[in-house]
Amino acid sequence: MAVLEDDFEESTGHELQIVIGSTGKIYSQIKHGAPYDVFLAADQARPERLVSEGTAVSGSRFTYARGQLVLWSPAAEALSVESLNAPAVKRIAIANPELAPYGRAAEQVLHGLNLHTSLSTNLVLGENVGQAFAFISTGNAQLGFVSKAQVLSRADEQRGTQWSPASALYDPIDQDGVLLNRGSENQTALAFMDYLKSPEAKAIILAHGYEIP
Amino acid sequence: MSLPDLSALWLTGRLALVTTLVLLIIGTPLAWWLSQTRSRFKPAIEALIALPLVLPPTVLGFYLLIAMSPNSPIGAFWMQATGDTLSFSFTGLVVGSVIYSFPFMIQPLQSAFEGPVQQAMRTAQSLRASRLDAFISVAVPMSARGFVTASVLSFAHTLGEFGVVLMVGGNIPDRTRVASIEIYENVETLNYADAHALSLILLVISFLTLFCVFLFNKRFPAHVGL
Repeated sequence: MAVLEDDFEESTGHELQIVIGSTGKIYSQIKHGAPYDVFLAADQARPERLVSEGTAVSGSRFTYARGQLVLWSPAAEALSVESLNAPAVKRIAIANPELAPYGRAAEQVLHGLNLHTSLSTNLVLGENVGQAFAFISTGNAQLGFVSKAQVLSRADEQRGTQWSPASALYDPIDQDGVLLNRGSENQTALAFMDYLKSPEAKAIILAHGYEIP
Repeated sequence: MSLPDLSALWLTGRLALVTTLVLLIIGTPLAWWLSQTRSRFKPAIEALIALPLVLPPTVLGFYLLIAMSPNSPIGAFWMQATGDTLSFSFTGLVVGSVIYSFPFMIQPLQSAFEGPVQQAMRTAQSLRASRLDAFISVAVPMSARGFVTASVLSFAHTLGEFGVVLMVGGNIPDRTRVASIEIYENVETLNYADAHALSLILLVISFLTLFCVFLFNKRFPAHVGL
């Protein structure tokens, strides 16, 4: 996000102020009158709801990124689907499937691989995918399902190893952006929505571990 | 309003009870020592004990997560001894809760042990009671109020614990999914009916617990004499 912000500000001269939080919390804040102009969510449901509730500009919603789920471990040994059953693996971290899109995707993958029952006692749930990542990076869980973007955000020598489950095993983690009513006349907000669809922005998003549908 | 799953509440009660018992065992000698000592380290130790009052639970939780990791000496030892990680376990939550509620046990006990109790202890010892005998038959009864306040506050504080458990618990049913976590999850998933029911139960239990302390303190206002 910081890279997108810098690139946008440099190429357009506009000034952005970014507020970071979980999709659900930002959604509630918007519903309670938070002064935001653009909402970049980690799912599709919340922006869709804002449009149908009349809080966001209809027709402005678009998918700016598609998240990639990876099995990740800071250790050097190569990962595969068998790693999930390795005896040394006591704990597998995922985000809470009830709360986080990456958690739901991880659960779908485990179901798809028919491992859900056998591994259910090894699973530990982070409140969000960031916490699942912290469980693994501190060594409390030996491996787990996180987002590829998180792994790529680490320094080269700290990236460990990852394994990507087939994308057919989970529903796409599409992340939508939407223009909020408050920002409908705001030139910076409009310019930023256009910028996110530009080849420059897409290149940055792709380089950080996302795909674009 | 239907009754929600009560296992999380039961787990919370067990956690608070075990934490309070552990704190009584560790806290009593430590508070006694603090009430007696003239050590120049006393202020530093008191400050250390009071830290959980001011530190964000996330700081405590983050350090606990690092300390309990099998990559750390403590976590590795635990892994060797039990074959399981200390984080994500009930024992891990007890360790976290004991640290988190430490000042709530120590401070009331320490102030109960100071003052008239010291004088009475000296009298008992001059009458040839052993130190342990004097402590059990003089200091403990005289500090009954302090013991009740300390235990109830530790218990109630552990009931309300959230941040530390969130950081080191891993949300495992019947092991680490306590009531506060369950309520949070219910709110986040818009399951307000269960959130309401659990919150109300927790509120009533917490109120009654605190009410008992104040009632007890009113009944037994002064230190019980010899």
